[in-house]
Amino acid sequence: MSEVVEPGSIARRLLLRRAVGVTALVLVAGRNNRARAADAEVVIDNFTFSPSPLTVKVGTTVTWENRDDMPHSVVFPVTKVKSPAMDTDGSFKHTFDQPGTFDYVCGMHPFMRGQVVVQA
Amino acid sequence: MEIDPNLQRRGFLQCMTWAGTAMVWTVAAGVPRSRIIGSAEAATTDFTFVQISDSHLGFDKAANPDVTSTLKQALDDVDALKKKPSFMIHTGDITHLSKPAQFDTASQLCGATKLTMHTVPGEHDVLEEDGKSYLNRFGKGAKGDGWYSFNDGGVHFIGLVNVMNLQANGLGSLGNDQLEWLENDVKNLTASTPIVVFAHVPLWMVYKEWGWGTSDGAQALSYLKKFGSVTVLNGHIHQVMQKVEGQVAFHTARSTAFPQPAPGTAKSPGPMVVPAGELKAYLGIANVSLVSSKAPLAIVDTPLAG
Repeated sequence: MSEVVEPGSIARRLLLRRAVGVTALVLVAGRNNRARAADAEVVIDNFTFSPSPLTVKVGTTVTWENRDDMPHSVVFPVTKVKSPAMDTDGSFKHTFDQPGTFDYVCGMHPFMRGQVVVQA
Repeated sequence: MEIDPNLQRRGFLQCMTWAGTAMVWTVAAGVPRSRIIGSAEAATTDFTFVQISDSHLGFDKAANPDVTSTLKQALDDVDALKKKPSFMIHTGDITHLSKPAQFDTASQLCGATKLTMHTVPGEHDVLEEDGKSYLNRFGKGAKGDGWYSFNDGGVHFIGLVNVMNLQANGLGSLGNDQLEWLENDVKNLTASTPIVVFAHVPLWMVYKEWGWGTSDGAQALSYLKKFGSVTVLNGHIHQVMQKVEGQVAFHTARSTAFPQPAPGTAKSPGPMVVPAGELKAYLGIANVSLVSSKAPLAIVDTPLAG
């Protein structure tokens, strides 16, 4: 599952999503005592993905946020997951449903590399 | 301008890290020579054409909040040339984000010069619909992803596309279909035909750490070995670099929008911000810096004095 977020609505939506995430975590933890995967964020700054590698649990939604003054994208060559070009303050979300190690690059500047490690 | 004489003796790379003007090319006796618009214009009856690059229409960040007006300024300089050039080449990144409005602005401004435009796309021009938004506007009569050739002034011009499948190693690439087309395109030309190749990403390896090169560029050049005069024009790196290898002269053009740092002199190749209010002071004024290089490089000509 992937989603592009328009730059203007990011701050509000991130805030909202964080609030919802916390509520959900409490409810799930209360019911079966198992931690739910928290959402994670990768920041793009100065032509660098950070953090990388990023280690998350299966089911985690990762948001990439571009803080550079040049557009970037996120392309996973193996799974073919591909974001559109994100301009400054643009973002892209993807949920990792399978465990594994996933390498990605910026489609516009492929010398920019990142990795997401998804644990079962 | 500071020149370390030792560097100069060893051979150096000369970079002009400013933006905003066009390059005029004069072909005399089959050899293209470059000149920055605004430098002394000798009366000439030779065949001339103009190159502009990296206009990034739609970019509005600190490095240049008004790229439309700097493009316009470059085009005004073209308009003011005493000898009307035969045509204008744009070596890509016409737009910043491939948006219709950005392409429209480019067509409108460049169209006002009444010069025929020959373009190749940059990676910023093919972000939408696999490049169709570019091809629908500028790719009329082109092959594949937008490559083509034409003859003018006794010169064979070849426009190549190396931004469609950027490689995992970060470099531009032409791909087999285009290479095959190129081989056939030049097969029947006589060796004395001057060749001008233009593409967005440099065909030669400028700096692989930033993806400033084309993975199969050497193969393309191998098809041009028999020709006595080959000139390769590129953009992408927003600064002037020149190099001669055998009979092949390589040039990159500056951007009409914003400068980028010389290879390896910054953490990333992002836009270089000059102090507020000073960008226009950079236009048409050489800010020359030197970067030492492992390989000896020859300067074909110094495009701007002082």
